[in-house]
Amino acid sequence: MDTLAHLTGLSVATLWMLAKVLIVITVLMGLASPLTWVERRGSAMLQDRIGPNRAALFGKWRILGLAHVVADGIKFFFKEDLVPPHATKRLFWLAPMLAFVPAMMGFAVIPIGRSFVAGGHTYHLSLLEPGNGMGMLYPMAIGGIAVYGILVAAWSSNNKWSILGGMRASAQMVSYEIGLSLAILAVFMVVGGYDPHQIIADQGAKGWLIWRQPIGFLVFFTCMFAETNRLPFDFAEGESEIVAGFHTEYGSMKFAIMALAEYFHIITASALITTMYLGGWQIPFLPNASALATVVAFATKVVFLCWVFIWIRWTLPRFRYDQLMFMGWKVMLPLSMANLLLNAYWMRSH
Amino acid sequence: MQGYAPILLLLMIAVSLPVLVWTLSRLLRPDFYSKAKYSTYECGITPVTEAREKFNVRYYLIAVMFLVFDVESVFLFPWALQMKELALFGLVEMGIFLFLLLFGYGYIWSKGALTWE
Repeated sequence: MDTLAHLTGLSVATLWMLAKVLIVITVLMGLASPLTWVERRGSAMLQDRIGPNRAALFGKWRILGLAHVVADGIKFFFKEDLVPPHATKRLFWLAPMLAFVPAMMGFAVIPIGRSFVAGGHTYHLSLLEPGNGMGMLYPMAIGGIAVYGILVAAWSSNNKWSILGGMRASAQMVSYEIGLSLAILAVFMVVGGYDPHQIIADQGAKGWLIWRQPIGFLVFFTCMFAETNRLPFDFAEGESEIVAGFHTEYGSMKFAIMALAEYFHIITASALITTMYLGGWQIPFLPNASALATVVAFATKVVFLCWVFIWIRWTLPRFRYDQLMFMGWKVMLPLSMANLLLNAYWMRSH
Repeated sequence: MQGYAPILLLLMIAVSLPVLVWTLSRLLRPDFYSKAKYSTYECGITPVTEAREKFNVRYYLIAVMFLVFDVESVFLFPWALQMKELALFGLVEMGIFLFLLLFGYGYIWSKGALTWE
């Protein structure tokens, strides 16, 4: 790192920052494309089908349908781009951007491994340094913006299916955000801080929060499915009822950007669950693991949770909309509130 | 301010990526206009009315209730972080606040605002 800094004339801190931005983008991109493959291939496995296997690299290598990922990408580039005449054109183009940008930025605060010291410099493996003053409030704020992408896409399309899907999705996302923030609140209360590094250190010292706050974990986990619009909560695009929901009118690369944003959300959600409840990069019974080992541990947990997202999608049927609202307002909200009060009581008495 | 520089960089990359991809696909894709193809999708029939119509009032209710509870959780954050320092005073104060809030919650529940048919 020092020689590189000397060569480029930049400071080590700046170089490390650039490297971290690169790491975040590589992690998101590198996970999102295989996830589309895992989703299709995994669903085939769960439903006892073969799944996609026709596309072949150079007409020869089928490699378990992995060539479909490449083929899809190429196809998106060559698809004709339609903007319906009744749509509000500027907003129609803005919506995929509004979905994509927050999806990409949410990951920034999460530490992906233990901080390490090399050549007299301390390197932190999260884009934002510890003690930046935003902590876990940042992904929540960014996650709150995500609803605008869906709403703007729905409104600007000027299509009945889109507007139905957009209204449903936005009502669903705000309903579950309350349970989500109250569950996070209980974590902050127990830890006594909101910095992700602090939350992970606390879990290393006193045990993972999934054991200390099982109710909070359950609420957080459920609300994350609603926030990412995944089954059993995918009312944004209930394909059997409202065609494709908010992105009915979207095609070609605009659709690709939106689909990518959805997978980014899944990855960020998995990373958040890992950081908040599964000890982040901690390895059980190995408190002094090396930085590299902790990165591997973190990646394993995130990839497993991504698989859980897909697993649940193909296991549970979709809820009815009134059941969704019942869950959000009459189950998740009281449950997270009770969790908060119980933790407050427990904190007072100890 | 130095600490937030990576966020700015990430924001710039996140904005420029879709723009880059769209520009590239504009160079590659075909563009054949036909009236039927470019019309709004409505299961194959010609759309008769505007899609932006009146919708159920419940959505507004949800929005208002969300606002109330979201502000509530904003007020709860400082208390949760400073619980030890605020001690009994904070607990009693928050108890009153939460009681009022839960009272309202019970009221909207009994009025049926949370029931979706």
